[in-house]
Amino acid sequence: MSTANQKITEEIRAQAERLLSSGEVEAFLGYEKGSLPMSVRPFTARKPEDAGRLVWNSFCVLNLANYLPALLKSLEPPRRPGDPPPEGPLPRVAVVATGCWSRNIVVQIRENQVDRDRVTIVGVPSRGMVSAMKVRAAVNGREITAVTEEDHLLLVEGNGFRQEINRWDVVRDNCKTCRHPDPVIHDILIGKKAGQRQVQEPFAQVKDIESKDSARRWQWFAEAFESCIRCYACRNACPLCYCPTCFVDDSRPQWVGKSTDRTDTLLFHLLRAYHCAGRCTDCGSCESACPVGIPMRLLTKKLNMDVLEMYGSEAGMSLDEPLPLTTYDPSDPQGFVLTEREEKGGTR
Amino acid sequence: MKVLKFDRKGMGKWLARLGEKGNVYVPASSKEGKTAIGWRKLESAEMPPVSPGVPARPVKNFLLPQPEVLFRFSTRPGKEDSFIPREPEPGQVDNIIFGVRPCDARSIMLNAMPYENDPYYQARMEHNIIIGLTCGEPCSTCFCSWTGGSPMGTDGCDLSVTELEGAFMARAITRRGEKLLEEAAGIAVEADHDAVEGLEKMSATAVAGAGSGTAPERALRERDLMELYNAPFWQDLAERCINCGACTFLCPTCYCFDIQDETLHGKGRRIRYQDSCMFPLFTLHASGHNPRGQKVQRVRNRFMHKLKYFPDRFGPLSCVGCGRCVRDCPVNIDIREVMGKLLAL
Repeated sequence: MSTANQKITEEIRAQAERLLSSGEVEAFLGYEKGSLPMSVRPFTARKPEDAGRLVWNSFCVLNLANYLPALLKSLEPPRRPGDPPPEGPLPRVAVVATGCWSRNIVVQIRENQVDRDRVTIVGVPSRGMVSAMKVRAAVNGREITAVTEEDHLLLVEGNGFRQEINRWDVVRDNCKTCRHPDPVIHDILIGKKAGQRQVQEPFAQVKDIESKDSARRWQWFAEAFESCIRCYACRNACPLCYCPTCFVDDSRPQWVGKSTDRTDTLLFHLLRAYHCAGRCTDCGSCESACPVGIPMRLLTKKLNMDVLEMYGSEAGMSLDEPLPLTTYDPSDPQGFVLTEREEKGGTR
Repeated sequence: MKVLKFDRKGMGKWLARLGEKGNVYVPASSKEGKTAIGWRKLESAEMPPVSPGVPARPVKNFLLPQPEVLFRFSTRPGKEDSFIPREPEPGQVDNIIFGVRPCDARSIMLNAMPYENDPYYQARMEHNIIIGLTCGEPCSTCFCSWTGGSPMGTDGCDLSVTELEGAFMARAITRRGEKLLEEAAGIAVEADHDAVEGLEKMSATAVAGAGSGTAPERALRERDLMELYNAPFWQDLAERCINCGACTFLCPTCYCFDIQDETLHGKGRRIRYQDSCMFPLFTLHASGHNPRGQKVQRVRNRFMHKLKYFPDRFGPLSCVGCGRCVRDCPVNIDIREVMGKLLAL
């Protein structure tokens, strides 16, 4: 087993046990072992003796910040609308967070979904998580019965085969282009900070699509989303999606059709992406959760690129920075505003 | 029972010949399967490569299409036929679906129980001919034997094909299947006695999945419903569920639907489409009340429906052990564990 993961696992367990037995937190949000190779389960430890179930490895792909608002709410005493807020401090929660997840927690704090005083952030610098889909592709889709993780290798076994795979080769695309593997806020830090990573061209995938002519771009778009089954795993795996009623679940008015008709599918994906503009940290939870392998992450990546270019902002980098799309500044770029003169054929 | 023996090439030829009788579909590989339906139309005389285990998408996509048009109507006021339901465009073409695993084929029969009086499902059954492909190599997520099926099962199939020592043995199960075998004249040969015996031996011994032989549906039918409903583990299970619908859309035996009217430019259609009990909208009343407003209620319902309500009403479990939900759940919720926990209560 990977010594790095072993060390982190042990430290997560020790911290969980300490935090839970001291009563500092009511719940500790991490992962436990899953029932299949390359699977882990999000797990909420509530008793010190649960701490031993927590694990850490390269398959922790579902963003834990996703659970945070609901978990905090579930620990509040029940109250009806109009009741005064409860007196005294509310129960607290600890959560394991890599760079991107910590940025999502910052976004949640800024959007008033999470109370900073109620969370203990256990930061873990990320080495990049592995895409199970890439591993399956690397063994030509054969069934995998066991995967052992070394520090830089994955040992994949199946019926009648054994194959070594370089870990970095199967790391998720979002992790490969990640510049901020370290948690931006944390109360406890496990392991050593990796420092800001230099990435030559973080938006290469987006630019590649943008360089196509419109017909080819449309073809890419249509093909990429054609296998969507409208299960909404991408939406539900996303820590930004906390609306009590999602636009796709609205029935009066109904914003988007329900079948897997292309119009409906594309509308869903486009609207979902736009709701994440200026808020997405490219954590890749959506893409990892997708059971049919749709690269919907590239839509939000494109918006991340635009927000960075236009407003010089990356989501969730600090608790004080203005939120790019809810703050007006006279120096904001206005290029997308069409004036009457321009519409009549004038120049900008 | 008529059994024909094909070689690989002959199989491709036969499938191509069947293409004249209807659309022949085969499981699409991940590279080709870029559609929501997940099966591809066979365009040439080839025996498609079939990997072990179930295809990515269930066969229900043919029987419960996304969407099914129930009827059409005009929304232009004042016209003679305004708002009068008209039959959807007639002429359903026959589909001949090759490579349906025994679990998926069995799901067609299970879903037919609640859809017994549903003209749309019944019509789809008429128009979809199923050529099963038995499983020589079950996957680690397979558990068909536990749910009452078998890797050699033929329920729901018109024909059943078994790969045996490099050849393909095709057994007719229904009259429709026999007719398809007639098309193999000059391509396949009648299987000899030894081969047929070998096939029968395989059928008798094939097993896939842990816990087989315990007849969980019988055990669960005998249990008190409220005891299972009030089991303590639902809360823990629901805690990690992200409440997406991946399991329900990939499940061959999730058959629930919703109905909507869609109108555009004076034309309307009433459609029925696959819905998911994981979504809050599934049970939202017009009053605004939602009897399953909480995630834990929805998660519990999905399993209780499959493992208790359905067996109570129809007999078998509403699960065929294909393992798709186990394999593709983003948070590794494993129905085998849920079954184990319910049985252990």
